[in-house]
Amino acid sequence: MSYTENDLAEDLQNQEYKYGFVSNLESEKIPKGLSEDIIRLISAKKEEPQWLLDYRLKAYAIWLEMTEPEWAHVQYAKPDFQDIIYYSAVKQKKYESWDDVEPEMKETMKKLGISMDEQKVLTGTNVAVDFVMDSVSVATSFKSKLSELGIIFCSFSEGVKNHPELIKKYMGSVVPTTDNFYAALNSAVFTDGSFCYIPKGVRCPMELSTYFRINEQGTGQFERTLVVADQGSYVSYLEGCTAPMRDENQLHAAVVELIAMDDAEIKYSTVQNWYPGDKDGKGGIFNFVTKRGICEKNAKISWTQVETGSAVTWKYPSCILKGDNSVGEFYSVAVTNHHQQADTGTKMIHLGKNTKSTIISKGVSGGKSNNSYRGLVQIHKGATNARNFSQCDSLLMSDECGAHTFPYIECKNSSAKIEHEATTSKIGEDQIFYCQQRGISSEKAISLIVNGYCKEVLNQLPMEFAVEAQKLLAISLDNSVG
Amino acid sequence: MITIKNLHASIDGKEILKGLNLEVKAGEVHAIMGPNGAGKSTLASVLAGRDGYEVTAGTVVFEGKDLLDLKTEDRAREGLFLAFQYPIEIPGVSNVNFLRAALNEIKEYHGEDPINAKDFLKLVREKSAIVELDAKLASRSVNEGFSGGEKKRNEIFQMAMLNPKLAILDETDSGLDIDALRIVANGVNILKSPENATIVITHYQRLLDYIVPDFVHVLFDGKIVKTGSKELALELEERGYDWIKEELAL
Repeated sequence: MSYTENDLAEDLQNQEYKYGFVSNLESEKIPKGLSEDIIRLISAKKEEPQWLLDYRLKAYAIWLEMTEPEWAHVQYAKPDFQDIIYYSAVKQKKYESWDDVEPEMKETMKKLGISMDEQKVLTGTNVAVDFVMDSVSVATSFKSKLSELGIIFCSFSEGVKNHPELIKKYMGSVVPTTDNFYAALNSAVFTDGSFCYIPKGVRCPMELSTYFRINEQGTGQFERTLVVADQGSYVSYLEGCTAPMRDENQLHAAVVELIAMDDAEIKYSTVQNWYPGDKDGKGGIFNFVTKRGICEKNAKISWTQVETGSAVTWKYPSCILKGDNSVGEFYSVAVTNHHQQADTGTKMIHLGKNTKSTIISKGVSGGKSNNSYRGLVQIHKGATNARNFSQCDSLLMSDECGAHTFPYIECKNSSAKIEHEATTSKIGEDQIFYCQQRGISSEKAISLIVNGYCKEVLNQLPMEFAVEAQKLLAISLDNSVG
Repeated sequence: MITIKNLHASIDGKEILKGLNLEVKAGEVHAIMGPNGAGKSTLASVLAGRDGYEVTAGTVVFEGKDLLDLKTEDRAREGLFLAFQYPIEIPGVSNVNFLRAALNEIKEYHGEDPINAKDFLKLVREKSAIVELDAKLASRSVNEGFSGGEKKRNEIFQMAMLNPKLAILDETDSGLDIDALRIVANGVNILKSPENATIVITHYQRLLDYIVPDFVHVLFDGKIVKTGSKELALELEERGYDWIKEELAL
């Protein structure tokens, strides 16, 4: 690993939220508020077909009937949905090529560490990126190279234009508009995101990645990601996100749907680093996300997430194990510091025979934060010989933080095997002293100990992300011990 | 090397060290013996800079510096090493990563470049051999799942890697069988040089058969009450501590 201890030390010097800057890009915004007219306006801006507008309006009607969920272990001032700008797009000429992109945009991407430079492949970075700023996708790299293999990787809007049959077939098939309050809202107002289709038997040769960035003030981001892995295919997908530091709370309500057909495998990794608010709990992103995948026969979906950002997180990447012998995995590190609140976990729905799921959840809470694991393992009648293993560990860094575990198990088949392990520990003063006695500073000691604690999860991340995640853990936990 | 004068220290308001004096010179091995509760481990903790101990009086000069004024990690970087009585487990952090982090922080403190991977691995091989530590243990998580003997050997391995000026062995012999004791003691002897010094804290004379001290001190009720040669340890083994109490009318 090229990232050395010295780099880490340097990063720790610079412990503020690194991505809190604002890019000075002129953007086109629609008026605040939410109504049928606004939805029509968004749809028109995006030059959408009628069926999609109908889909949105139907979702909006459903959303109006719904109430915001209150079961999560979080407290926040509910967003005023009429005070949000639902569409904001950087004013751009049509980018025909990379050269058309404004310098300020290029600079933004550079600061975020996003490279669209396809030449870089030669020097080792092997990631195709779709960059979504506010409501639109800015650029997607490696499109042509991927298309040689029949792989479609583009913004959601382009997907709607160029592959309507696929979008129409799969959008909403895993997360229906009626699923929950925020999924319904997203279905009504979503603006962009990524679409990816891997054809039968193709193993995607590079990591596909979407980087989400909120830039404009007063906006919400409602993106939609759809990944379809056809029979026997494989794809590894990465998702990263950041936002400027602002005193206001901004809403991010995404929907991610994964479809793994027979014998296919999808690995979906997230490093979530939305602005968490300041140390007094002011500002930060509300991250209310619905992520779910469906596995057909012998298919596998693996969710890995490192959650360090957001003021409030509400997120349960789940797997519906529909096909026999399918496998679902959930690896999660959720770090909360200062006044952050996270309620995160997973649902493993076992429908098919011999289905298997693994849940490894590591919560780390510092400051005055609250960190909850919420999980459901559901074994249906037909899920003969289903197996689940869950491990939920909580690490407390301070005396004022909270760690909570809400595991639900519903089993309707007596042949199922379900194991659940849970531990709660406080970061040991003895451990820190031991490190210090060997010459390691206390900040570095905490970083070592926490990274060690999260190792099982970090090991699941692709290399480029693992290093980033390690740094993030160290930075997010600054001043967390008390 | 280290000069301790009139050291008073307390924990939770209770005074444990009550005016301790000790001088250790380079090249020397000092043994500190004493009954339970005399303050042996407290002395080790205070010197290493563990939280929770309050020094109420006295001075400690280590290699010309005011030791008590240094941060815990800086004491280590200046060359003070404590072999723990109960080594701590750090799950998920490999022994080698841990040591490399430590070594490089010490180097950085002294304005030196970090050690490169090749030299580091060579050092690991060389030093793990001193305590006959299985190379596999070097790559396992720090002390996790190690047997009692392995943990103590690992302490001496770390000491070998970090090459301290002053090593304090806090009851390193406790919980060791005779073979492990021999290996650990042998390691300490190999590492001995005219430039460094060792303080061996122990309950039993047994360890001193292997690590031969230049001086033996009796710590009693927070003070060093008697100092002698290696024969003093034998006498303590035979007669216990009561005779010292009587002799000194304590």
